[in-house]
Parts: sequence; C-alpha cells; structure tokens
Amino acid sequence: MMDRYSPLQKAGLYVAIAVFLIFMLLPFFEMFMTSLRPMDHLFRSPYQFWSDSFSFEAYSKMWVTVPLLGRYIVNSIFIAGSVTALTMIFVVPAAYAYARLDFPFKSASLGIFLAVNMFTGAVLLIPLYRVLNTLGLLNTYWAMIVPGVAFLIPTGIWLLRSYLEKIPRELEEAAFVDGASRLYTLRRVVLPLAVPGMIVVGVSVFIAAYAQQFLFAITFNQERSYQPLPAGLFEFIGYQTTTWNEMMAAALVGVLPVMVIFLFLQKYLVAGLTAGAVKE
Amino acid sequence: MAGNTESNGAGPVKVARRGLSEGAFAWLLVAPAMAFIAVIVAWPLLETVRLSFTNADLGGEEWVGLANYEKLLGSAKFFEIILRTFWWMFLSVSLKLVLGLVGATLLNAAIPGRALFRVLIMPPWVIPVAIGCIGWLWLYNGYFGLISGVAMRTGLTDGPFEILAYKTSAFYAAIVTDVWVGTPMVSLFFLAAMQGVNRDLYEAAWVDGAGRWYRFRRITLPQIMPVMVSMALLSAIWTFNSFEIIWILTQGGPRGGTTTMIVDTYKTAIGNFKFGEGAARAVVIVVLLAVFSLIYLRVLSAVNKRYGVK
Repeated sequence: MMDRYSPLQKAGLYVAIAVFLIFMLLPFFEMFMTSLRPMDHLFRSPYQFWSDSFSFEAYSKMWVTVPLLGRYIVNSIFIAGSVTALTMIFVVPAAYAYARLDFPFKSASLGIFLAVNMFTGAVLLIPLYRVLNTLGLLNTYWAMIVPGVAFLIPTGIWLLRSYLEKIPRELEEAAFVDGASRLYTLRRVVLPLAVPGMIVVGVSVFIAAYAQQFLFAITFNQERSYQPLPAGLFEFIGYQTTTWNEMMAAALVGVLPVMVIFLFLQKYLVAGLTAGAVKE
Repeated sequence: MAGNTESNGAGPVKVARRGLSEGAFAWLLVAPAMAFIAVIVAWPLLETVRLSFTNADLGGEEWVGLANYEKLLGSAKFFEIILRTFWWMFLSVSLKLVLGLVGATLLNAAIPGRALFRVLIMPPWVIPVAIGCIGWLWLYNGYFGLISGVAMRTGLTDGPFEILAYKTSAFYAAIVTDVWVGTPMVSLFFLAAMQGVNRDLYEAAWVDGAGRWYRFRRITLPQIMPVMVSMALLSAIWTFNSFEIIWILTQGGPRGGTTTMIVDTYKTAIGNFKFGEGAARAVVIVVLLAVFSLIYLRVLSAVNKRYGVK
C-alpha cells in the first residue's frame, strides 16, 4: 500500500530513470554505433544520426589495423589475473588477523593500510620507477603487476575482513578447544567457509585491476608486446588518421571479459562492495 | 602441519601446548602484506620527500634545501592550479553526490524493472576508465562528435565547436566525464544504505499520514547521513587524485586549462624530467590529502555520534 504509485507518478519515475540511464549508457551506445559505421560516414559534418550502411566490418579489420590487439587483450587478462592472485595471497591471512585476532597495533596498522587508499600511483611515480629499476622489473609484466598489487591490498583487506566477521566464531572456537593449532584452524575451518567471500573479493580485485591498467603501463613499460589494452589502444588515438570505428570495436571487444564476469556475479559483487554501507 | 602433531598429543590442558601467542600469530599473518606495502608505497613516499629537497633530474641530483618549495609557493601559476583543483573537486563531487542521491532514490522505488536498472547503471564503473575516456573523446569531437552534432542541428552553435579546444569547455567536459565514472559507485552505496533503513520507520510514518517527500526528508536522509558523509569525503579524495580522465581527454590542456595538481605533478616529473620539482608537488598533495583524511575522520565520528551509529 505504502509503496503504491499512481500511473502518473509511475510514468514520471520511468522518465527520470530513462534520463539517468541515458547519461550512464550514452557513451557505450555511441561507441557501438560508431563501430558499425563505415569511415566515410564517421567523418561527415554535421553529425548524422543514421547511416545507411551499418556493418560489422570494423570488427574484422581492427585485427589488421591494431596487429597486437589480441595480445593486448590477453595481456590485460593476464595482468589482472596475476594481480588478483598475488593480492589474494597477501590479503587472506591479513584480513583474517584483522577480523578475528587481537594484537598490538591492530588499529594503527589497519590505519596504515587504509591510508594507502588515499594515494594514487601518480604521486609516487619517480621513486617507484627507481625501485622497479633496481629490482630489474622495468619493461616486464611485473612493472605493471607489482604496483597494481600494492594499491589493491588495502581494499582487499577491508572487503574480506567485513566478510570474515560475519562467519560465526563458534566453529573456530570448537576446533581450537578440540586442540587444533591456530594455523590448522585457519586452513581447515575458516578458509573453506570463507570461499564465497574470497571469490567476491577476488572478482572485485580483478575488475579493479582490469580497470587500472593505464598509468603504470604507460610509465613503467615500453615493451609494446606487454602492453594491456587501454595503453595499447591509446597509441592509436588522436591522429588525423585514427580509424575510430575500429578503435571503438576494439574497445568494446576488450571490455567484454569484465562485462561478462560482472553480469554473472553482479548480485554478489554489489552486496560485497556495499557491506560496509548497511547497518547490521 | 605442526597442528596435526600438536593436536594428537593434546590433553585437557588447553593453554600450555600453543607455542605461538595470538599477537605473534596475527603479526605473522599481517607481515607479508605490510612488508609489500612498505617497499612499494611507504619507501617511495619517503624517497619522494627526500627528492623534494633536491634538484634531481636526468643528470643527477644535488641537495637544494627548500628551493623547490620556495619556487612553488611563490609562483602564481601554482596557486592557480591549487584553486582549479579545488574547484574541480568541489564541482565534481557535488554533482556525483546529487546525481547519486537522485539515482539511488529512483532505483529504490518499488517499480517493475528496478533490478535491471540497477545493473544498467554500473558499466561506467566496471570498464577501464581509459576505455570509457576513448568513447568520450569521440563524443566531444567538434566536427564529427554526437554532442557538437546535436548542438549544430538544434542551432545551438553555428558550426563545429571543438569542445576540448577551449579552456572553459574542456574543463567542464572533463568534469562531466569524471562524474560519469564516479556516479555509479556513489549511487550504489546510497542505494545500499537506503535499503538498510528499517521499514517499520516508514510504515509508522505512513500510518500517521506522512507523504513521500516528508518520509524522504525526515527518515531516509537522516538515516543514510553517515553513508553520505563518508561517501562525500572518499569521493573527494578520489576526485582529487583523478588523473587518467584528464590525461586522456586533454593532457592537462588547452593552455593548462584542465591541469589539476596531480596532472601538474605528472607533467613536471615525467613529462619534463624535473624529478625534484615534481617531488615537491607530490609532497604538497600528500600533505593536503592527510589534512583531508583528518577532517574526514573527525567529521565521520561527529556524524556517527549525532545520528546514533555506534
């Protein structure tokens, strides 16, 4: 009863939602339309909304124009995947400690982790460049993976910690009372229960890692065949001869992997990300 | 491993057999992550501070004391960049919050299709920022882009208008894109907070004859206030740090019109190889961010107290 809307109110709501969604989706729509237009229709001024010869030609020609396109997409997935795996190795034990154990400097050290979230790599580029140089990692995949991991560890700890806090303590306490060691309890009791949460956090980290592949790539990696998609495509943008239809096609194909993952897991991801916003 | 052997011989005594104290075990778990952050974030941060007192460039470095800071703080241009950064942050964050609140309210309405709408607002956040910016770059194109096209067709402009070629229009265009990237996350958090509000409150008000607007103003807003405040401040930090959007759209131009502090730091250090001067800029940013964070924590605890969150 309380939630009932009059037809007029309903219509108003749908119109408002439509306007909101148009803003959110317009660039995607226009990218898709652009990818379907032939080049000479793209370069018509003033802009024409309709082309009479839409085709998927750009989706086959882009592999020739951007010879390393396949490589860029694979690189993006590989870098994001490695970042995720490494991040989780660091995050899982730390998140458990923050969720369950009591130790000296607990909140101070958590504060240090969260403070990392306030920086972007952009202010640390010069010394980071030197660190990576000293470690011999410049112009390798590691140059993009290592900083990526560092900037995702804090978020990962934060998200997984709030998930672990929801697992009932009784099971652990029972195992502990039965004489299991701390490490055994963590491995055999807590981790299996935490698998769903670890998947949610892992996928969130993957999406974030996929999204943040520009700055470190253009600064720390000169090796073209290691470039992730955003950095690889950026090279082709901004010239007079930019084949925009193919760039759009390449961009859309390149974001397909994350979009598919997101669509399948969106319900869990949204719940995991916003866990802190909801009062218990 | 050790756990198996230990647990076999365990008697009724529970305390004596545990070799590792809780604190030591916890630090063992936290140490790898802490060490990684120390090498990749903390040490470079200290190194940035040190470099800011040198004239480091490709040729080498020499200690110059406060010279970089004196040069920076005495320059009218840097002052202009600080003002621009705060104006950028204020506008962009305000728009994100207003749009986020409107969007969350719309998506919270009990109407058919809302589950789908909630998914449809997320793509700008899911895809790489740089890819979204490539789309916007084409939308902003003065001759062939959709926006300028619509403006020409509707007679708003006489001819092609190169949006990214003028200081003012480029600045606002970059803000629109930044808002586009940031709004989904804000909406999502506001929506989650709205759904966490106890329905009994609404029902009690409804029974008393309170209308929608009244319920929104007197129940929803105060209930989600802590989330709004934390989102506002987090969003401010992210927006302050926003680099890729500006870099891809305009590289800080035209004539510095979109150069914020982050872009200025990047241009100085990486573009012109003035590592020392770039580092001094980075330190100013870090100090400002630290001040933000302190304000953030203060305001958050005040708000939580006021609205009765533990």
